[in-house]
Parts: sequence; structure tokens; C-alpha cells
Amino acid sequence: MSSNEESSNGDSTNENRSRRRFITGLTSAAWAVSAAYAAVPLVLSMTPSARARNAGAPVEFDFSKLQAGQMVKVEWRGMPVVVLRRTPAMMAGLDEVTELLADPDSADSVQPGYAQNPARADANKNEILVMLSVCTHLGCSPVEKLAVGPDPEMGEDSKGGFFCPCHGSKFDLAGRVYKNVPANKNMVIPPYQYLDENVILIGDDEARNA
Amino acid sequence: MGNFMEWLDRRFPATQVWNDHMAKYWTPKNFNFWYYFGVLSIVILVLQIVTGIFLTMHYKPDVTLAFASVEYIMRDVPWGWLIRYLHAIGASAFFVVIYLHMFRGLIYGSSREPRELVWLIGCVIYVALMAESFMGYLLPWGNMSYWGAQVIISLFDVIPYVGPALSEWIRGDFVVSDATLNRFFAFHVIAVPLILCVLVFLHIVALHKVGSLNPDGIEIKENKDKGGIPLDGIAFHPYYTVKDTVGVVVFFIIYLGVVFYWPEGGGVLLEKDNFTPANSLQTPPDIVPLWYFTPFYSILRASTADFLVVLGSLTAIAAIATPFIKTKRSNKIAAFVGYGVIAICLFIFDAKWWGVVMMAMAIVVMFLLPWLDKSPVKSIRYRSLPFKIAVTIFVLAFISLGYLGMHPVSALSTIQAQTCTVLYFAFFALMPFYTTWGKTKPVPERLT
Ligand code: HEM
Ligand code: FES
Repeated sequence: MSSNEESSNGDSTNENRSRRRFITGLTSAAWAVSAAYAAVPLVLSMTPSARARNAGAPVEFDFSKLQAGQMVKVEWRGMPVVVLRRTPAMMAGLDEVTELLADPDSADSVQPGYAQNPARADANKNEILVMLSVCTHLGCSPVEKLAVGPDPEMGEDSKGGFFCPCHGSKFDLAGRVYKNVPANKNMVIPPYQYLDENVILIGDDEARNA
Repeated sequence: MGNFMEWLDRRFPATQVWNDHMAKYWTPKNFNFWYYFGVLSIVILVLQIVTGIFLTMHYKPDVTLAFASVEYIMRDVPWGWLIRYLHAIGASAFFVVIYLHMFRGLIYGSSREPRELVWLIGCVIYVALMAESFMGYLLPWGNMSYWGAQVIISLFDVIPYVGPALSEWIRGDFVVSDATLNRFFAFHVIAVPLILCVLVFLHIVALHKVGSLNPDGIEIKENKDKGGIPLDGIAFHPYYTVKDTVGVVVFFIIYLGVVFYWPEGGGVLLEKDNFTPANSLQTPPDIVPLWYFTPFYSILRASTADFLVVLGSLTAIAAIATPFIKTKRSNKIAAFVGYGVIAICLFIFDAKWWGVVMMAMAIVVMFLLPWLDKSPVKSIRYRSLPFKIAVTIFVLAFISLGYLGMHPVSALSTIQAQTCTVLYFAFFALMPFYTTWGKTKPVPERLT
């Protein structure tokens, strides 16, 4: 661009035109890259903060008052955790529904190794179920249907279980999902360990490895 | 005054804009009932923004304070109850009006050439509006707010690989929490309304470039007088500004009637479970989304393992039928690529993934309407019978899905929802065919 005249009547030569295109392209690219860089802090500011990441300490729960057949919900990391002491009848029911389940052996589901068994519980006290009460479909908290027998949602000969009110997923009393419902995995078993006879620590199983 | 306008017009195109878009904007003279809903949408948008500003003066976006601050607005803030009801019922009114507005586009062929962009921008508005109301619904921090957000955000989990990280990013936490509430407040109060205003502006700009269609589905610009004014056109102002005022008054009679005498709307407009604060341990036993989302919610629930067999069979039937259809070769190849993709996805993904994908597709297909409709005429007045039947079935299916979505699932209702889901998609998928079937009526030269 040697003179004003040349630049004002624009694309006088082919060479100028391609140069100009190149420079315009380069400028646009610089803008795009800068915009992308500028977006990074904004986008990252929306990820969980340091405070959110550090929350989530394990919680203790004394289950000595829990009678056979009783259930409570405990909060851990803002999520409901079910602690259920199953009766022998409930335990027997687990084997009767195997045929109806989508993942009876919990092969595709999330649980610590020590809970990958039909009761989905620590073999020491396998009547105690400790489970995230979070539906594996879209995260509602299923309603407990502890009674054995006909139930409007669980069916004519229910062996007891959990029913998700959101989209109708059904689980057995070990949180194993039934076939042909929206959820596709068994509910998650969190890491846990027993601190003594009556106290359970949810969210931490360090002692097991020790 | 004259001098002032002269002064102004030399600096700002005031008179020009007024004439181009109001006093000399030529509109078809035969607008009917269905043409009120565009203006009504604008009225409600303004209403929502104004009432929203005043709610923001008292509302607190903090999980420990939010629920109580809404109760405070209802009980202690002078006229607070009115402002809140106007806003909450206004959201439902917005969707009533928008659904009717979209239906108008469907039956009069308004989405078709040259109004495709008006329709597309409209569809984006619809999506933005859904986002706006979804995020607004979390703010009162009731139990339905909480679990509604939990479910909808979890939808993103099904996206392969990035899903879980994405939903975590949306929540700003591992569960729906204070971080989520705070950012939804930011989006609901400023980000999405700004986007909506820009989109509505673009919607009107695109509309005014091509001009409105009308219940006869013919272009008034094809018959002009010597001065270039459409013979069947009348000035938007004063004719339609006055006529629309009547519509606005009728709308307010109905809307305020609900606000004053029936604000809960039988639990549909304000849900019972949202009168209890959020409880992260207890999902409400009869959880339902707001009525305007229930058709899509039903489609989500319709996806079970059995349904995938139906889906596979339908794809197979379509694949067998395709070679016999008279169309370009490239179209057939494209169709087969589509079937292939569906087949592969059926193989890889489970019912949960398909539920979310079908729900998203239910909205995506709306965008395609201008290109799926191949009828030689635009207005339903002159369309052939097959189209009228299809529209009727579609409306019934859509309403049924909405109804089913408001009630708990049962074995029967699942089958009903699955049937309606198939009908919903069939309406769009088969549209290129049935819109060409049957005899259309002759279209008049001039507006009737
Ligand atoms: C905030 C939301 C919206 C506002 C404020 C709005 C406003 C308007 C207005 C004022 C008109 C002209 C008057 C009329 O024809 O009724 C119009 C026309 C139109 N709108 Fe919308 N609209 C909105 C959403 C939508 C949506 C969601 C769609 C469809 C997906 C849509 C599709 C159309 C079409 C196709 C026309 C042209 C009608 C014709 O020329 O016959 N709009 N809109
Ligand atoms: S969240 Fe439980 S079935 Fe959908």
C-alpha cells in the first residue's frame, strides 16, 4: 500500500486483493483465538469451586436403634443414603426376583468390591444395606416399598423394593434394577466401613485396606 | 411539534421507522383470531420482565433464604402476592400463547418459503423460553423446584464421555446446591431475558422483511395498486394496533381472572409440592414437571427396552419402503445413512439414552417444518384431507402426551405414551408424503 489512492480504490490488483484477504483472514483468526482464550476463565468459573470440592467428609451413623425391617435416610455429600436393616424374609426375597432383574450380578453397576454380591452388602452384616438412594435414571430418590405383597406400583407379588416416582423405575431390596424400566443400572453402593458394632462410616472404607 | 420532528428526523430515523413498521407497514386485511398471539407474546414478555424486576428487589438467591424470601414476598411485601402471581401465572400464560402462535404457523403454512427464518428464529425463541422458565422454576427452592432441576440437569449425563462433566459444570457442584441456585438466578434474571429480547427483535425484523402471511395463505404483495401498495393490505397502524388492543383486553380478562380467583390452577399452575421447601432426601411422591413440559416428559418416559424393539421394527419397515418411494437417488442414500445411524445407536445405547435423545429430537423436528411440508397450498382452508387428518391426530397425540405426563406411569399409560410418541414423530416423518396426497382446493387470487 504505497499511496492513499491505491488503498482507497481497493482491489486494483489481484495481488493486493489476495494480500488483503490474507490479512483480513489473519485478523479474524486472531479475534477468534482471543475470544476463545477470554472465554476460558468464564467457562471454568462455572465448574465446582474449591469449597464444593472439599465438602463431602464421610458421615458416621449409629444404627443400633434400627430394628429389622426399618430404614433411615442419611445425608452424605448432599445426597440421600439409605440404611436399611433387612429381615430374613426380605433377604430371601432377593433370590426370588433374580430372573426379573436387568443386572442381577451388578456387573455393570457401581459398588465397592465387597458389596458386589446378591445382597449388595458387606458379607459381615449382609442384612444391612447402605446405598445411595439416587435413581440411576435421572437422579430422583426412589420411594421405599418395604412391605412384601401386592403394591400398586411394585406389582401383584412384590417382594419389596424401591420405586422411583419420577419415571417409574423399580429396584429390589438390594437396589438392583428391574428389567424394562427407564433406569439401566443398580443404585450405587458408596464406600463404607464399620467403626464398631453399631456405628457405620459412610463415604470412607480406608480401614478395610489397612 | 413539527419542528421537533424535523430536528429529530435529521438525527434519528424516527418517522421513517414509524412509517416502515407501523403507519405504512401493509398487513393483510383478513387477520383472524390466530393472529393475536404474536402481539400477546410481546405483551407477556414485557409483563414478565417488569414483574420480574420487582420480584428481584425482594428475592434472595441463597438456599438458606430463597424459600423464605418468596414467602415474605407473598405475605409481607405490599402487593407482593400480586406481583408474584402475575409472574408465575404469566409463565404459564406465555406458553399457552406461544403454543397457539406456533399452531397458527402450522395450519396456515406461515413457516414456509419465504418465512423460514421467521419460523427458525421462533423455534430458537421457544427453546430459550423453555430454558428461562426451567431456571426460574428453581428459584423458589421448593421441593418440586429442587427435584425438577435434579432430573433435567441429569439429562445431560447420557451424552457419551462428556455428559457427567457437563452436568457438573451446569450445577457447579456434584449435586443441585447453592451454586446451582445462584447461577440459575443470574441466567433467569439477565442472560436469557437479554437473549430473548434480541431474538424477538430478530423475529420481527425477519417478519417485516417478508411481510405477514394470512389465513388464506397467499401473498398480498402479488397484487399491488399503482402506488405499490398491496390491494389487500391495510396499514398496521391504526387498523391492527386498535384491533390487537381488543385482543389484549380479552387476554387480560382471562389472565387476571386466573391470577385473582384461581392462582393454583388446580395444582397445575402452582404445584402443591412446591409449597414445601427443597428436601434433598425426599423426592415428592407425585413429581411432575410444569404442564408445558409434560408432552416431552412423556416422550422421555415412553422409552423402555420394549419400545426400542418397536423403534427398530419401524426403522426396518422404513428401510424396506424407501426403495419404492419416488425421490432423488441422493435422498434415498441419505435416508439409508439415517437408518444405519439409528441401527448402530440401537445397538450401542440403551433405553435411557434413547429417551433423552427422543425428547431432544421432538424439539429438533419442529425446526424442520418449513422443509417437510410439501403441499402445493399453504393455508388449511385449501389443503387436502390427509393433511387435516394428520394435524388432528398430531394435536390429539400432543395433548395426550401432555396429559399422560402429568400423571404417574402405569403399564397402560406407558403403552399410550409410546403410541402417541410414534404418532408425534410420524406426523413429521411422513409429512413430505401426506402433504402431497389428496386434492387441494383452488386458491383464490385475492384475499377472501
Ligand atoms: C417471545 C416469543 C415470541 C414473540 C414475542 C413473537 C412475536 C411475533 C409477532 C408479533 C408476530 C406477528 C404477528 C402474528 O403473526 O401473530 C409473529 C409472527 C410469527 N411468529 Fe412469532 N413470536 C414468538 C415466538 C414464536 C415461536 C416460538 C414461533 C415458532 C416456532 C414463532 C413463529 C412465527 C411465525 C412463523 C410468524 C409469521 C406468521 C405469518 O406471517 O403468518 N414465533 N411473531
Ligand atoms: S429418575 Fe428414577 S425413573 Fe427417572
